[in-house]
Amino acid sequence: MMLKYPFTEEQNTLIDLVTQIGEEYIKPYALKWDEEETYDERPIKALADADLFGIIIPQEYGGLGWGSFEMCLAVEKLSYYCAGITTIYAASFLGSYPIILFGNEEQKKKYLPEIAKGKKICAFSLTEPQAGSDAFAIKTIAKKEKDYYILNGMKHFITNGGIADIYIVIAMTDPAKGARGASAFIVEKNDPGFSVGKKEKKLGLRASVTTELFFNDCKIPKDRLLGKEGMGFIIALKTLDFGRCGVGAQALGIAQAAMEVSLKHATSRIQFGQPIYNFQAVSHTFAEMAIKIEAARALVYNATKYIDSGAKDISGISSIVKCFASDVAMWVTERAIQMMGGFGYMRDYPVQKYFRDAKCLQIYEGTNEIQRNIIARELIKYYK
Amino acid sequence: MEKIIVCIKGVPKPGSIKVDPETHTLKRESMELILNPNDRPALEMALRLKNTYNTEVVVISMGPPNVIPLLKYTYALGADQIILLSDRAFAGSDTLATSYVLAKAIEKLSPFSLVLMGLKSIDGETAQVPPETASLLGIPSLTNVKDLFMERGKWIAIREMDYGEEEIEVTPPIVASVSPLAFDYIRPPSLKRLLEVKTKEPLICQVKDLNLDPQRLGLQGSPTQVIEVFEKKIETKGLVLEGSPEELVEKLIEILKDKGLIKF
Repeated sequence: MMLKYPFTEEQNTLIDLVTQIGEEYIKPYALKWDEEETYDERPIKALADADLFGIIIPQEYGGLGWGSFEMCLAVEKLSYYCAGITTIYAASFLGSYPIILFGNEEQKKKYLPEIAKGKKICAFSLTEPQAGSDAFAIKTIAKKEKDYYILNGMKHFITNGGIADIYIVIAMTDPAKGARGASAFIVEKNDPGFSVGKKEKKLGLRASVTTELFFNDCKIPKDRLLGKEGMGFIIALKTLDFGRCGVGAQALGIAQAAMEVSLKHATSRIQFGQPIYNFQAVSHTFAEMAIKIEAARALVYNATKYIDSGAKDISGISSIVKCFASDVAMWVTERAIQMMGGFGYMRDYPVQKYFRDAKCLQIYEGTNEIQRNIIARELIKYYK
Repeated sequence: MEKIIVCIKGVPKPGSIKVDPETHTLKRESMELILNPNDRPALEMALRLKNTYNTEVVVISMGPPNVIPLLKYTYALGADQIILLSDRAFAGSDTLATSYVLAKAIEKLSPFSLVLMGLKSIDGETAQVPPETASLLGIPSLTNVKDLFMERGKWIAIREMDYGEEEIEVTPPIVASVSPLAFDYIRPPSLKRLLEVKTKEPLICQVKDLNLDPQRLGLQGSPTQVIEVFEKKIETKGLVLEGSPEELVEKLIEILKDKGLIKF
């Protein structure tokens, strides 16, 4: 990176540690995991042993008590090595935010220390087959019966399905109330009536696991309700506000890796008697990559610092971060393949993986079209 | 169970080696050192045993002060106490003199149930220090151990052999060197402990702290005398043949026949 940021000593320690994990536990295997679409628990175990699942967990619950900025530093550096592994890691944060933000004291005490240690992986479950961008269309029902809730329905495209221990599930407690009739629940993997469906075959992020979830008279104690009945979508949307910057950070790592790999090729590949970097069509493309990546990084870092300052109005800016950085990653990875020509297209080289991985970033945690809806909606509030 | 002691070594980062032209020993104090890679499995075994048996892990290393960051790293991995054995008088020690110092330091740390070391260092490659230390301590030595657990107060060790495995029951305390292939997962350091260790320093022990016989230290305590250290150079000479294609084939066949590489 051209722009050097003044990180604290602690942040530098974090960056060095994530880099060590990337070099040692991820880099030698990333292309293999992608090719075979396999989940290897070792990098996740390494992240757990390194305390890296505890970054955003408050200190009183065994975490480091850091903020979105540090989480994004870790996600960025990790995505440089494999965005698939980072998806498992970042999705677990997405599943822990609802407990941090809305959990009561008992729930925090019960779950957060084990999440901080990485002994329990989380998943955030909102999407259903008929409820993607239209999240309010979810059909999973939670019916209260004495001291229990009984859940029925299904979720799909759930990151960490099957490998997670804790699932945050949004379900309708009062369908008649529409968006105000949803609630958020903590479901544990061994709860009766809960099961995991088929593992999806994906274009990218193939080191991560995405599955369906089934709730068949899934009986959970009533104290698993997060917040109050009716708060389901408030909890979900607030969680996504916090999570979206993580996608932006993921985009930075992928774009940076794509630029570095293709740049190395462009400066050493000889055609017409000279390195192809000497040709303006090539070097200007790299200049454009650098412009976009530095701009995206400045945006991610500044927005997360704004969030960590305790700002309340973060929906718009976190959508801007997610949208801009993921579009940059898509553009950079596509150009990186082009700059490497036939080599870029071959699966022996990683740029095609970066390209496939980047595509998902424009889709998950709210498509970039939905992000633009959010940005437009928020924008009007600032310029009434 | 009593404490577990792990001995580690700082080895030169490959590519940064400097040799003292007088003594033919490595100039450790001015080199960039890394933790001997074979010590990682030994530390991992110690930390897993710590988890299982709820015991204390003490890491010691003999070397110049630039070993301190490596000791701090082992603290970040999970060691409870870190000790550096450092004195000018130790410079130039061979495996015997090193084992003598280690044995004396280990004795001072008594009682202990287990001493773990890497199988061998990647610089010296002798694999002598673990058995020599055991011998000086007068306790059993096991090499190339891949698994270790306690049963009815005895260590059960699985040793990796050339042709299979060996299971041994032995009374503690023992010295064991750990197989480099013992684990398919070795933990990274913990972020919390990396931050914590920034303000921690290892305990430093010198000759006077350990009641050592000066005759058994450093170069004079080392029966190994290095005559020469040199870089092995492999020189290959090319041969250019000239002539028509037919002549070249004839000549080439002759050369290959002479060397016994082909038969006609």
